[in-house]
Amino acid sequence: MALLQLSEPGQSVAPHQHRLAVGIDLGTTNSLVAVVRSGKAVTLPDEDGEHLLPSVVRYLENGIEVGRRAREMAAQDPLNTIISVKRLIGRGLADIKSLGNKLPYRFQEGNAAVPRIQTVRGEVSSIEVSSEILKSLVRRAEHSLGGELEGIVITVPAYFDDAQRQATKDAATIAGLKVLRLLNEPTAAAVAYGLDTGSDGVHAIYDLGGGTFDISILRLNKGVFEVLSTGGDSALGGDDLDHAVAEWIMAQAGIDRDADHSILRQLMQVACKAKEALTAAHSTAITVALVDGTTWQGELSRAQFETLIEPLIRKTLAPCRRALRDAGLTPEQIKDVVMVGGSTRVPRVRELVGEFFRTDPLVDIDPDRVVAIGAAIQADVLVGNKSDHEMLLLDVNPLSLGIETMGGLVEKIIPRNTTIPVARAQEFTTFKDGQTAMAVHVLQGERELVADNRSLARFELRGIPPMVAGAARIRVTFSVDADGLLSVEAQEQSSGVKASVEVKPSYGLTDGEIESMLRESIDHAKEDMEARLLRERQVEAERVIEALTAALHADGDELLDAKERNGIESALRTLAEITREGDQAAIKAAVEALEKSCEFYVERRMNASVRKAMSGHRIDDFE
Amino acid sequence: MTITITEAAATHVRNYLENRGSGLGIRLGVRTSGCSGMAYVLEFADESEADDQIFEQHGVKVLVDPKSLLYLDGTELDYTREGLNEGFKFNNPNVKDSCGCGESFNV
Repeated sequence: MALLQLSEPGQSVAPHQHRLAVGIDLGTTNSLVAVVRSGKAVTLPDEDGEHLLPSVVRYLENGIEVGRRAREMAAQDPLNTIISVKRLIGRGLADIKSLGNKLPYRFQEGNAAVPRIQTVRGEVSSIEVSSEILKSLVRRAEHSLGGELEGIVITVPAYFDDAQRQATKDAATIAGLKVLRLLNEPTAAAVAYGLDTGSDGVHAIYDLGGGTFDISILRLNKGVFEVLSTGGDSALGGDDLDHAVAEWIMAQAGIDRDADHSILRQLMQVACKAKEALTAAHSTAITVALVDGTTWQGELSRAQFETLIEPLIRKTLAPCRRALRDAGLTPEQIKDVVMVGGSTRVPRVRELVGEFFRTDPLVDIDPDRVVAIGAAIQADVLVGNKSDHEMLLLDVNPLSLGIETMGGLVEKIIPRNTTIPVARAQEFTTFKDGQTAMAVHVLQGERELVADNRSLARFELRGIPPMVAGAARIRVTFSVDADGLLSVEAQEQSSGVKASVEVKPSYGLTDGEIESMLRESIDHAKEDMEARLLRERQVEAERVIEALTAALHADGDELLDAKERNGIESALRTLAEITREGDQAAIKAAVEALEKSCEFYVERRMNASVRKAMSGHRIDDFE
Repeated sequence: MTITITEAAATHVRNYLENRGSGLGIRLGVRTSGCSGMAYVLEFADESEADDQIFEQHGVKVLVDPKSLLYLDGTELDYTREGLNEGFKFNNPNVKDSCGCGESFNV
């Protein structure tokens, strides 16, 4: 039976009301699960005492394997063994193809929205593969904790876009798990070190994993972490360090580059062991079995090792420099540097990073586990186990969100760097008389014109009661939840008709595209503004033409003689022509000219409508 | 009618009571709820009720109300470690079946 804990009088928890919550680091190479027990966050091991679960899923005809066994079979059964699925999640087929031809999987063509991989167990999507990894970790957690989980916190890279975040959430839903929230990996690392409870300041999170490098600059402001900038190299990691050592051994031992596959694999393992040994030792012995049955023995000193890997580590400093520049900061302004990822155990990495940021990096928490530990701390708080602490971690949305307005312009509803969760509403109106439907086009980005932004969703609000142009009031509400996911609702205020959409974009942005979107908006700021002005003038001109044409149609014959009418009509044509030409100053002048030449007509219309309204009433009625 | 408490459980209870700084002992009970009929109550006790039965063993007072005692007669309260999890365990001879997790039970 389940084990119980003592409660205060009258406070016994009902069965199944335990508030168990874990943090999950869903990594490219390895994944981890952590929990807070007795006030301390720890990662949970499996039956064999292993904390890291290789993020590898193998599909067999009669089952699914996750973790080490699957990884061991990756070479023999590459088509059914999915590795590094994190690189695929939330991506369309086009995005995946742009990742290069390195992926051995057979993708099902034709369904571009969610690419499916063909395996012996049928087609699977990247979401389903991720969900198997989550299930495996949650099984482990429920086994260790003796109860069902209330919810989980999953970490994602800071650069993940809405599509990748939604796909990660979907993976949890498929696994039957409640996601308390998604947490940015660098934020989780900062939380693990308790930086969120410290004083305000800017922190750098240096994450050198097995195959990827990420640098994130975070600013803590009144308990809120804001991602100032991110950068990295998606093809640089600990594996490359191993490679450098392996090449050195090949040169020393006289092994051919096109040697047998098994020799090369053995070399990589030997190199990895040597690298790990040199974290503590000053030199290490290396033994390699050669094809001819003999063995080669050598010695690698830490100094030699450092010479070998120096260029690779220096390669990580360029993204650091760029990230700082994007954030508009100098290395001296960084308060703390948090080290994440197994490769940051290498002493030379710590030295160079320390030199670069001019501060000793934080290394006390196991760099493989620090993200999961931060996630567990967050999960514990979110599930209500620490109500007196009132720690609520907030994030910001990385790009502005808005809708398309007349003329292909973007009206921003939630500006970038707004703290989330957030809800903002704005009122819009109709453009034409009797307009009964409105298209809502949801956009993401910083540019002024629709064409330069990223389209997230489109939907239509129908059933608007017919009214004159500009009379309808349509309230458009944008809400972004704590995970950065967006829902948009449009409601016509008099009738209450509404329509809404939840944004699950069909494909994602590539790494660093957020950065380039931001940069473009700055580079094009002036021309964007001019384009915006022009479109606004054009829309205004079109509105005037539209209104005047409608008026002429309604009462032009009654109120105007032929000459007057011809004059107005020719002025209308002139304005239409100038509008098409695209000189915003000329359009402005022409609109003003037209309005002036129509003043008498507008006056007559007013008088006519006042007469109409007053006829049949005594003067007393209007007092 | 009897309830027993193991030495291990008593040691933990004494520690918790000391840590808490007050309390008469602990209260064991059952109440109806949960997915399979009944659930255990395990709480600190600050005062005893008139018709409570009190069992004392290894320096720990265990209070049980008469209605609960019907379902708890013969129960041994133990403290145990299962894998990474540790906590109190009711060894109750009256239980006929329990839900999968054992948090609630039927007699």
